[in-house]
Amino acid sequence: MSEVPQVTDPQTDEAKAGDGADEDAIEELLVEEVSIDGMCGVY
Amino acid sequence: MLDEAWRLDDAVSLRPEPFGALAYHFGTRKLSFLKVPPLVDVVTGLADAATVADALVGAGIDEAQWPSFVKALRTLADSGMIVPRTPIETPA
Amino acid sequence: MSSTLAPGRLVDQFERGLDAPICLTWELTYACNLACVHCLSSSGRRDPDELSTAEAMAVIDELQRMQVFYVNIGGGEPTIRPDFWDLLDYSVEHSVGVKFSTNGHKITPARAERLAATDYLDVQISLDGATAEVNDAVRGPGTYATALRAMENLAEAGMRDFKMSVVCTRHNIGQLDEFKAIADRYGAQLRLTRLRPSGRGADTWDELHPLPAQQRQLYDWLVANGDQVLTGDSFFHLSAYGEALPGLNLCGAGRVVCLIDPVGDVYACPFAIHDRFKAGNVRSPGGFPHVWRESELFLELREPQSGGACTSCSAYDSCRGGCMAAKFFTGLPLDAPDPECVKGHGETALAALAADAHKPRSSVDHSKPVSVPVTLGARPGRPDKACEEDPLHGLVVSP
Repeated sequence: MSEVPQVTDPQTDEAKAGDGADEDAIEELLVEEVSIDGMCGVY
Repeated sequence: MLDEAWRLDDAVSLRPEPFGALAYHFGTRKLSFLKVPPLVDVVTGLADAATVADALVGAGIDEAQWPSFVKALRTLADSGMIVPRTPIETPA
Repeated sequence: MSSTLAPGRLVDQFERGLDAPICLTWELTYACNLACVHCLSSSGRRDPDELSTAEAMAVIDELQRMQVFYVNIGGGEPTIRPDFWDLLDYSVEHSVGVKFSTNGHKITPARAERLAATDYLDVQISLDGATAEVNDAVRGPGTYATALRAMENLAEAGMRDFKMSVVCTRHNIGQLDEFKAIADRYGAQLRLTRLRPSGRGADTWDELHPLPAQQRQLYDWLVANGDQVLTGDSFFHLSAYGEALPGLNLCGAGRVVCLIDPVGDVYACPFAIHDRFKAGNVRSPGGFPHVWRESELFLELREPQSGGACTSCSAYDSCRGGCMAAKFFTGLPLDAPDPECVKGHGETALAALAADAHKPRSSVDHSKPVSVPVTLGARPGRPDKACEEDPLHGLVVSP
């Protein structure tokens, strides 16, 4: 039987650091930050 | 923040995308994703709006959604993507 | 109610591709003074059909128009091109940031001063061992000394946070703390990256790729030290162990990144230099923008991908099925698990391949001819001069 896991988007966790524990934050987060070195395929 | 005047930092390259926009700060090398097009409208309208509230109105943002947008703007401010306008820069 | 706002997950947006790459790798030349045994681009000899200076500047103009934020300039050894320093300046003057990857042999104190004074410029020094013994076995005699000298020069010149980039292998995963110490010593940022079976890496993959226990060791170390270390998102397949590592955690090939090679060929990524992943050429009408936006290969990559054999795995959402190039060059189909799948599904898939199964090899090979077998063991003896260009110099012939 295949599972459909609820995996939290890791970027959401990073962007949430410092915010209050807002249960709607995952849906409402309109900005996310990623390192410019955060995309695979650049050596 | 709603009563304040802000603008995109000069070192930021804002690049529209189908989902919204990418913003890259050449100085800090931080990369931000503006995940919805209305937020892009707000950010690009900041420099010409007297206040953040005016920018939100100008972009047609429903007041019920203002808290989400202000939170997003604070995130952008924290990473230096947007900066407060000095009195000289604030339009009359 | 935020019913009109539907931000969605970044990974879903990016798998559909972007109007322009966020960053890309641009190999300026296949010429190299070294002959590293795992070279992903099989570099060594210059290709006679290299882009000219004018053609290269035209590419930079296109990247500027597309608002590509930065380009990773590599090779071969990019500093071997006489116009390298001019192209660097041209790029940063046209709002395309540059990080260039080098073995360090031309980073003299004078060059380091100039680099430290240039805005929007980053330097990446390659190092694959925290000791000369481990490093030089893969990169050649004297390369450890060369890299450290370059870092010394950059540090002296006041350049901060340049990159020290390591390809993780079976022989250096035990040296992670030492790598961090070296980077700290020079004020550099440590970058750990994944070995792929690409280029000459295909020939040394069996001996060099980390063992399963070492992957776990690496993952644990990254989780413990993650915010101080870059990875180029190259270990997203390890996210299947649990907490995801920082980064987009997805294959960027043809979606957010790509490669422009020295003759202007555009590939999905630098680890996929093979006709199967060639999208076009910048010399064609419409140049690079046309290839990025319209090529059949990239449009295909931007279609929703099925998980293939991985769909029913609980880890799929984290690992996204792993690295396309790693599968391709180990002979696995692209819908198979990653050969280094942390759950062992890759090993199972590899074992199921026929004994004589075809492993693709790229026709793009600029390696210098080697007529004697190369050992991977340590090479005792005095280090050679750093600028030695003969890849056979000091070679130990295996009995």
